[in-house]
Amino acid sequence: MSGNMNLTLKVWRQKSQNAQGAFETYEAKNISPDMSFLEMMDVVNEDLIKAGKEPIAFDHDCREGICGMCSMYINGRAHGPLKGVTTCQLHMRSFSSGETITIEPWRASAFPVLRDLVVDRTAFERIQQAGGYVSVNTGSVPDANAIPISKENADEAFLSAACIGCGACVAACKNSSAMLFVSAKVSQYALLPQGNVERKERVLKMVSQMDQEGFGNCSNTEACEAECPKEIKVTNIARMNREFLRAKLFS
Amino acid sequence: MNSAFKFLDTSIGRKVLMSLTGLFLCTFLIVHVSGNMQLFKNDYGLAFNQYSVFMTTFTPIKVVSYLLYLTIILHAISGFRLTMQNRAARKISYGATKDPRSSSWASKNMGILGTIILLFLVTHMANFWFKYKFGDVPYVQYMLDVNSGEVLGAPVGLTDSGHMKPHELMASDANGQPVKLVIVRDLYNVVKIAFQETWLVVLYLLGMIALAYHLVHGFQSSFQSLGIRHPSYASLIQGIGVWVFGILIPLLFAAMPVYFYFMKS
Repeated sequence: MSGNMNLTLKVWRQKSQNAQGAFETYEAKNISPDMSFLEMMDVVNEDLIKAGKEPIAFDHDCREGICGMCSMYINGRAHGPLKGVTTCQLHMRSFSSGETITIEPWRASAFPVLRDLVVDRTAFERIQQAGGYVSVNTGSVPDANAIPISKENADEAFLSAACIGCGACVAACKNSSAMLFVSAKVSQYALLPQGNVERKERVLKMVSQMDQEGFGNCSNTEACEAECPKEIKVTNIARMNREFLRAKLFS
Repeated sequence: MNSAFKFLDTSIGRKVLMSLTGLFLCTFLIVHVSGNMQLFKNDYGLAFNQYSVFMTTFTPIKVVSYLLYLTIILHAISGFRLTMQNRAARKISYGATKDPRSSSWASKNMGILGTIILLFLVTHMANFWFKYKFGDVPYVQYMLDVNSGEVLGAPVGLTDSGHMKPHELMASDANGQPVKLVIVRDLYNVVKIAFQETWLVVLYLLGMIALAYHLVHGFQSSFQSLGIRHPSYASLIQGIGVWVFGILIPLLFAAMPVYFYFMKS
């Protein structure tokens, strides 16, 4: 078809966590501009399999921009050149034919590379398990609107809860800091009455776990906010700092 | 005490320490630049020299100055530790990087800027503070009009500096008119001579450029680290950080070496 693109890919290949990795170059031929970035990767992998070579391992799941699995560092940017978009929602029309595209895994000591473009993000799960929940006794279904919540707080909490935990904030941060992710999780509960019961312990435990995982400190460069596919705001980080100081100093 | 150390060993605690020490150093800069404005006074350095005596002998100021030295050391050590930890958090760097859309250059280079400022501070303290405290800065005598307090000409050097103390006395001039004499160590002259050196002036200007960039990011960032952020005053903090600490203060400081360099009396 006319209008299809030919691209050169520079892809990070690494056999296992402890193996030495390196960039390898592949040609992606006759790519439709309407393909998503991951569909383009599928085409390249099909060719690799046909040629008897190992396909490129990469994370993906829903391909609808809501699961947080895809995680590619494309041309020096987490999730590629578009703003507010995950890799799966990035389309090849954002590139031009003849272009060389560099594809790398997230780089952070807390996110070790498992294979090729797949990194281990269970550090985020351990942070979440440390305090990112509310404890409620199950029982019969409660009445709707039994607990009044202001519209403003509900909206703000919802915006924070939009975080899909993909790790782009860590990947984009020069310090590999997880502050945006953790602050979004702390905020979504801190803003709601349901989260109030465990408010103090939550922020202390989650920050403590974050530090143990080996993420860097926050330099307030705000690169995370610029690269976040869900456009989580750095005001969450200020809120988490506030919550942390409140829990440490006034409890 | 133990829990205070534990607090400072968390990522947020370390940033709070950077913020508080940084903001304290910012308040010092306001005092320092205001005091040093007396260098521009047209009185042969009398006001500046008297101010120097006050700053080095008045006990509350002395206490605060030791707190200041401690704060500089804490801020530097803590900043160094943060930089090391941040580097360890990404051992393998990216092959291709594009500058993220919204990050300022300063915000990504606070460690380098801080190091330049620290080197500048060491030179600066060796130039003036160390000379004034331990070196041989000679005494001079100013002659003042009794009524108006106006300085009558350049001061004259005094030889017997060994056991002298700054003091004032009444005397009469060559015509028998009563005058006031002020005897004080002439730090002003040390400043004047130091800034005849081109390389030193360049070094000071570089130091002030580093300070400007450091504060443009540092001032507003310290409020974010302390959790003090709200749309109603965020732009005010940003504005003060840029205009007062990023432009006005470094510019006034930079004007001092430039002023003496081109004065060439």
